Amino acid sequence: MPEDTEPSDTALRKAIPLFDGDLATRGYALNAMCFSFNEEANRMAFLADEEAYCARFHLTAEQRKAVADRDVLAMLEAGGNVYYLAKLAGIFGLGVQDLGALQTGMSVDAFKAMLAGWASHVPHKENA
Amino acid sequence: MMARIVGGYFTSHVPGIGGAIVRGDQDTPYWKPFFDGFPPIRQWLAAEKPDVAVVFSNDHGLNFFLDKMPTFAVGAAPSYDNADEGWGLPVYKSFAGHPALSWHLIDSLVRDEFDITTCQTMLVDHAVSIPFELAWPDAPSWPIKLVPISINTVQYPLPSPKRCLALGRAVHRALQTWSGAERILICGTGGLSHQLDGPRAGFMNPEYDLFCLDNLAANPEALTNHTPEQVAQLAGTQGVEILNWIAARGAMGEGRCRQVSRNYHIPISNTAAATVLLQPA
Repeated sequence: MPEDTEPSDTALRKAIPLFDGDLATRGYALNAMCFSFNEEANRMAFLADEEAYCARFHLTAEQRKAVADRDVLAMLEAGGNVYYLAKLAGIFGLGVQDLGALQTGMSVDAFKAMLAGWASHVPHKENA
Repeated sequence: MMARIVGGYFTSHVPGIGGAIVRGDQDTPYWKPFFDGFPPIRQWLAAEKPDVAVVFSNDHGLNFFLDKMPTFAVGAAPSYDNADEGWGLPVYKSFAGHPALSWHLIDSLVRDEFDITTCQTMLVDHAVSIPFELAWPDAPSWPIKLVPISINTVQYPLPSPKRCLALGRAVHRALQTWSGAERILICGTGGLSHQLDGPRAGFMNPEYDLFCLDNLAANPEALTNHTPEQVAQLAGTQGVEILNWIAARGAMGEGRCRQVSRNYHIPISNTAAATVLLQPA
């Protein structure tokens, strides 16, 4: 895209990427499974037999592989939405800094240091 | 005596705050700069004693799934429960609703051509519970009733900042025609800049955050010049929760507002956190 052109909203949706109808369609089964993890019995059922639990929700082959590999970027690519994926991550005891580290290839400590580093970007140092 | 909007309370609602409260970490070096934003708000609430809160927030996959995703939803329940969100937060206290006020808002909003969804049952998640925990940390039960308004910040297309400000202003018009004598608190929760997903996870934007904070009281229209996609680019994919703040600012009306307190701190969890209290001038 030429630099002097304002990117359209559609282009931004693809570039960032943003969870739009295309991703929501692609990710429906995976997100439905993750939504079920609001209930503890379902989290336990997943841990007891992951293969059977994923099959019950008809995950696509791509989604099943992403979950098996604990590959967050692949889950997003397969249409997973982070608010729902966070419930799956919780089963593995992973918080949002762990997820950040997994997605950026940093160590968790390096990711946390990067987060803290944003404070130095505050223009007039208000409270940061 | 007519109902009156006593103020607007805006705060981040990061789940990690809930963890910090459970652990009693409020005075640790990591958390103290954030929690320091709340004593002025608690004092103000104790003095103003609002009766009911109209809260603009977004659901994170507790009440709404992607099978049915309303752009704007208004709760009309006699009570609202929190529930297990799946990743270890305590289940928070239930809220008393205010169905008569909810239905007045719903009636007025639809007449005003906002085609909202109505919910006679609605779970509310940490986006409502954590701001209440921060405001009334020792309350055995919430001292104030709840009318929740949920804005879709999950699945695009999202409503525009301009539309969210207009929704808020329509809520303000509705509150002005309410016949009760309640003291009303407006709340907007979420943000500020943060991104949880993708290669840009961990992104924040203090410059955009301060632009929002600097304009919230005096010139909220300045926040409406972006599309939702542009807000995501500026504020991060979850930073679009600023839509809740914009709607809440709208609900305070078009008149001037005075900033009573403001706190900004980076980071809490993956988020640039802010807390603001506004009062009608």
